[in-house]
Amino acid sequence: MPPLAERNLFHDRVRLAVTLTGVVFAVVLIVVQLGLYVGFSRTTTALVDMSRADLWVVSKNVPYIEQGIPFSERKLYTVRATLGVAEAQNYIVRFTRWKRADGQEEAIQIVGVNPESTMGQAWNIVAGRREDLKVDDSVFVDRIYFPKLGVRGLGDTAEIVGRRARVVGLTQGIRTFTTSPYVFTNYRNALDYANLREDQTMFILIKAQAGVNVEDLRRRLQAGLTDVDVLTRQQFSDMTRHYWLYTTGAGMAVLMAAVLGLLVGVVVVAQTIYSSTMDHLREFGTLKAMGATNAYIYKVIMRQAVIAAVIGYALGISLSILVVHESGKGGANIVLPWQLGVGMLGLTVAMCVAAAFVSINKVTKIDPAMVFKG
Amino acid sequence: MEHPIAVRELTKVYGAGPTAFRALDTVNLEVERGEVMLLMGPSGSGKTTLISILGCILRPTSGSVKILGKEVTRLGEKQLPRVRLENIGFIFQGFNLFPTLTAGENVELALDLKGQRGPAAKRRARGFLEQVGLGPKYDSFPADLSGGEKQRVAIARAVATEPQVVLADEPTAALDWHSGRTVMGMLRELAHRHGRAVVVVTHDNRVVEYGDRVVRIEDGRILNDSTEPAPLDESSVISNQSSVVSFQ
Repeated sequence: MPPLAERNLFHDRVRLAVTLTGVVFAVVLIVVQLGLYVGFSRTTTALVDMSRADLWVVSKNVPYIEQGIPFSERKLYTVRATLGVAEAQNYIVRFTRWKRADGQEEAIQIVGVNPESTMGQAWNIVAGRREDLKVDDSVFVDRIYFPKLGVRGLGDTAEIVGRRARVVGLTQGIRTFTTSPYVFTNYRNALDYANLREDQTMFILIKAQAGVNVEDLRRRLQAGLTDVDVLTRQQFSDMTRHYWLYTTGAGMAVLMAAVLGLLVGVVVVAQTIYSSTMDHLREFGTLKAMGATNAYIYKVIMRQAVIAAVIGYALGISLSILVVHESGKGGANIVLPWQLGVGMLGLTVAMCVAAAFVSINKVTKIDPAMVFKG
Repeated sequence: MEHPIAVRELTKVYGAGPTAFRALDTVNLEVERGEVMLLMGPSGSGKTTLISILGCILRPTSGSVKILGKEVTRLGEKQLPRVRLENIGFIFQGFNLFPTLTAGENVELALDLKGQRGPAAKRRARGFLEQVGLGPKYDSFPADLSGGEKQRVAIARAVATEPQVVLADEPTAALDWHSGRTVMGMLRELAHRHGRAVVVVTHDNRVVEYGDRVVRIEDGRILNDSTEPAPLDESSVISNQSSVVSFQ
C-alpha cells in the first residue's frame, strides 16, 4: 500500500506533535500510576512475601499484618508438635516509638525475629550480618530512612521506649507503606521494644517439611489451635494488600488516575486523528469513488493510529523509565516490571485504535459524490 | 456486443413532496466503445447528477443503468465499489490527487486497490506516467506540478485500472487552453486508439472539436444528441501534443 497513512500523519508536524503529546502523556501517566500501584502492592506485603514462611499464625480475625494482636506464645509448642512442621518461630511486628539522638520521636514498626531462624529475616542487607542481631540492643535499619531516624551509619544509637537501640546493620530498599520504617531486632529485644510480655507473641511463622502439602498442614494446624487463624503466606499477603489498597482507597485512587490518563490519551488522539480525517475527507471520498471499500479506508486510518501509538509509546516509555529511575532516589516507590512495559504497548495501540473509531464512523458516511463538487 | 454504458428512462428526484426536485427526467442514453461523448449544459442542468449515476456513485430514483451490460441499479451498496474499480475511471475538475503522495504513488494507489503491489506495480505506474509524458515526474509531489501535469497524472491514475469507461467531470476547467487541449487529446486517444467509452462533462465550447458526439442536457432532460460535432483538425491536435506518448 502506498504510504498514505504515514504521509498523512507526518505531513502536518504540529498535529503530529499534538497527537504524540497526547499519547506520551497517557503512557507516562498510566505507567507511573500502575508503577505506583505495583510498588504499593509490593511494599504493603513485603514482610509477608519475604518471610520465607509457608504459613502464618495470626490472632483471630486480624485483617492485615500491621494490626496484629498479641496471643499466647504457648501455641508455638502446639505448632512445633504438629506433624509436617519443619520449623516454627515466634515473630513480632508492632508499632512503637523511636527517639532520635536530637530528642525527636518517630513512629516505627519493630520487627522481632530469631536471628538463627531461616524465616522472617531482614533482606537486602548492605552492612552488618544477621548474626549481629544476637547482641542486646542491636537493630537493623534501612538507609532510605536515615533522615527520618536521625541515623548516619553503623554504630549510631537511639532509644526505643526508653531502651537503647544500636545500629549494627543496614538494609537498602525495604520500604513501608505506612511511613513508619521497619526496624529489625532479635525477638528478645522486640518483646521489650514492643512492650509485650514474655508469654506473648504477635505471629508464628511456620515452615513445612519438604513434600508436605501446605494446605493440608494449614487445616490440621487450624483444627488444633483456638482463637487464632492459620493462613498461607499468599492468603495473608492478599489480605494485607487488599486492606491497604482497597479498604483505605489508596489503590483505587492510583488506579483511577491511571484510567484518567487512558481517557485523556483516547480523547486527544481521537481529536487529532479526527481532525486529520476531516482535512483529508476529500481524499477519502476520491478513494471511495475509485472503488476503495470501506475496509481499505479503515486500514489507512488504523495504520495512522498504530504508527502514532508505536512512536508515542517509545517516547512515553523512555520518559517513564527516567521518571521511575529518579523516583527511586526519593520517597516514591514506582516499580516498572517488564510485563507492565510490554502490556503498556498493547494498551497504547488499543487506545489509539479505539480513538480512531470516531474517524472511521465519519468516513463510513462519506458521500463519494462529494468528489464532483469542485 | 453490449454498450459500455446504456441508460433507460433514468430519473433522479431529490427530496419529496412539494419541495421535490427532479434533477433527471426520463433520460435515455447509450455510449459506444471508442467514442468521446461530450455532455454539455448550463449549471444545474443535471450533468453532474447524470455522471454520478453513470459512475455508480449516486443511485437513480428509477430507470435502468447498465455498465458493460450489467444492470447496476439492482446491486447492493457493497457491490458498487467493485463495479467502479473494475470498469470505471474518473477524472475530476479539481484533479483530486493525494497531495502527500508523489505522482507515481498516486498511480500506484489505483493499482493497490486492485491488489497489485510491489516492484511490478511501481513499474506499471511508471509506465502509465510515461504514457502521459510525465515519466520524469514520478517522484514529484502534486504541489510541484502544473495544472496540466496534475490532470495528466489524474488521467494516468484513472486508466491504470484499465477501465472500459472513463468519466471526466470538467477536466479542462482548471487549466489553461494549451494544457486543456493536451488533456482532451489524451481522452480522445483513449477512446479512438484504445476503445474506451469516454464521457466528458463540460461547459467549455472549445472542447467540442474533440468530441464524437455532443449531448446537450437542460433541466434534467436531453435536449439534443448530435453525432456530428464540428470536425476536428487532427493535424492541429497532433501539433499541440508533441510531448504526449501514445497510450499502450
